[in-house]
Amino acid sequence: MVDAPTANSEENAADAFLHGGGSLRNATGPYFGSYGGRWMPESLIAALDEVQDTFEKAKADPEFLAQLKDLNKNYSGRPSLLTEAKRFSEHAGGARIFLKREDLNHTGSHKINNVLGQALLAKRMGKTRVIAETGAGQHGVASATAAALLGLECVVYMGAEDCRRQALNVARMQLLGATVVPVTNGSQTLKDAINDALRDWVSNVDTTHYLLGTAAGAHPFPAMVRFFHEVIGDEARVQILEQTGKLPDAVCACIGGGSNAIGLFHSFLDDASVKIYGFEAGGEGVETGRHAAAITLGRPGVLHGARSYLMQDEDGQTIESHSISAGLDYPSVGPEHSYLADIGRVTYEPITDTEAMDAFRLLCRTEGIIPAIESSHALAGAIKVGHRLTEGKENPGDTTIIVNLSGRGDKDVETAAAWFDMLDEDGNVKGTTLSTRKPKGPTERATGEASATSDEAIPAEAEAAGKDQN
Amino acid sequence: MTEQITSKSAAAIDRAKAEGRAALIGYLPAGYPDVQSSIDAGIAMARNGADLIEIGIPYSDPVMDGSVIQAATTEAIANGFRVASVFDVVAGITAATDAAVLVMTYWNPVMRMGVDEFSRRLAEAGGAGLITPDLIPDEAAEWFAASDKYGLDRVFLVAPSSTPERLAMTVKASRGFVYAVSIMGVTGTRASVSSSAEKVVADTHAAGAERVCVGLGVSNANHVREIAAYADGVIVGTALVAAIRDGGVGAVAQLTKNLSAGLGRAAAQNTTQA
Repeated sequence: MVDAPTANSEENAADAFLHGGGSLRNATGPYFGSYGGRWMPESLIAALDEVQDTFEKAKADPEFLAQLKDLNKNYSGRPSLLTEAKRFSEHAGGARIFLKREDLNHTGSHKINNVLGQALLAKRMGKTRVIAETGAGQHGVASATAAALLGLECVVYMGAEDCRRQALNVARMQLLGATVVPVTNGSQTLKDAINDALRDWVSNVDTTHYLLGTAAGAHPFPAMVRFFHEVIGDEARVQILEQTGKLPDAVCACIGGGSNAIGLFHSFLDDASVKIYGFEAGGEGVETGRHAAAITLGRPGVLHGARSYLMQDEDGQTIESHSISAGLDYPSVGPEHSYLADIGRVTYEPITDTEAMDAFRLLCRTEGIIPAIESSHALAGAIKVGHRLTEGKENPGDTTIIVNLSGRGDKDVETAAAWFDMLDEDGNVKGTTLSTRKPKGPTERATGEASATSDEAIPAEAEAAGKDQN
Repeated sequence: MTEQITSKSAAAIDRAKAEGRAALIGYLPAGYPDVQSSIDAGIAMARNGADLIEIGIPYSDPVMDGSVIQAATTEAIANGFRVASVFDVVAGITAATDAAVLVMTYWNPVMRMGVDEFSRRLAEAGGAGLITPDLIPDEAAEWFAASDKYGLDRVFLVAPSSTPERLAMTVKASRGFVYAVSIMGVTGTRASVSSSAEKVVADTHAAGAERVCVGLGVSNANHVREIAAYADGVIVGTALVAAIRDGGVGAVAQLTKNLSAGLGRAAAQNTTQA
């Protein structure tokens, strides 16, 4: 038995550990170094124990695994492709960039992997109702989807402001039979949606499973959500070996809570030759204070049940995060990422809104793929990493990089159109009468009428896509 | 250290017990609507029948609180409340009354200041200890050390969902009293007290707790009377917060007086006077 490297150890602790035969792949929680745990009200401990127990048994049950595999294949459309982005690669120093196409999954992002797994567990526990939090609405849509598929009641908590901005996703959830509850407490953002979901859970725990959307929160959520996303990395590892005959030099993913990233990283954590990068939302620039770079600039604290890097003020009050991408707009991060940062196994860097949007446009125009803005952070990071790894090399094409394209960008069309100055002052796409603006007015309207926005808005043509909260 | 720690909370509950009644514990957040008002309101509670005062630290993410307390604490933060002010509130109340003053806080503000530093300053202010709604004994190693070092009470929560093993563990970890959550839910007034409360109290006593106090959903003298029949103390929060919101310190004094009538104290005082 090799002792795991401790947090705050030397930069090369992870390397030395791996060369000594250690494994980082299968950390089970509740602790990842000094991170993780259960900073939760006693009222919920029994429920967490039940989830953990059910999960451990399911993980070892061939029937459960077969059921999950079948849904992944015949419902989500797995395995997702690994697509070489040849024209995009020219902008990354000539390194060969491969995209793990989670954007092609049913509902348009990696989120479906986790919700199917947890919804199956909810059934096993005899729960009849699932609740979820959502920022932009993508985890909410995925949860509503899984609930519809498995015959569960579904309630989604969503910040009131987000309900207005993402009225279309509200309608989507309602079409799938879910109830959307606008959250008016606190800052009315994703973190407050999680708070309200926890309040619901503590009040209805007998009938209800909390289908948390990211690899954060109290044990067993970080390890469990990772487990359901491990399929991303497992597939990518096989696919890159098939396509290039070797392991990649680097893998890249965006980090909000960090679920798509930990799913990809998992399979490469023990390969010391593979560099691993996580890209946080740098917002308007980390120096402006308007960002969501919890690892880069946060300090350890407890929020939503886990000890992890956290954006907080001198009093320990949570600081509101900012990002152009709703899915990365979360002031903390999954605890396993905090640990991997401390031991130096994964490098975490911020990517600004501008860098992400440049990469967004570049992928659209070089590959014919509209990425989620979340995933665009990983693309922007990969461009930097590509330049770094190929610098001074005679054959840059020997360098290979996998980027997790965690979601598709149809949901982001309005944001992108505004960013790239494609709108006139009425909010119409210039030269058209197609308004991208959502109807204004009280939340009740946005959440109450499934048809309120579905006739003329450009995003109305979009498929469910992308992801939120990472 | 071999010296026995004297629990201020236990002493306050035992004084009530000696009068043949349960203790009344009143909650208000620090800094709502401002720091001085919360000191005045704490003193008003103590002078009108509260044996213990629970002062909450306004926090950005209070997952165990319902809408009334959330609104109050959000306003306190918006008004510029700083965590260190809680020590002024505790000191202000303990200087003027004999009530034991506990601080109720989510854990991150304590962790941010440093558990030892926070504990030292709380003890210095005359505080009795901490009630920790999102800290379970499993994660409390630092708090055990600091609370022993500074002689502070550790009030952990138990719930209707707590297993016998967890009840036993939590009872052992607690000092002062054990906070029994009456219902699976968050703070807020309710029409009636959950029937699960009596069972939680009985189970917690059976697990070895000397003092068990009941909170969540207790808002009037009838609730107090009902709970006082089987618990060592009764905790009222949301109703008092609504009182200070709507009627200021005077309303807090009046409500506390009404609530304490449920403990049977008025009758006891009449007897003494006669």
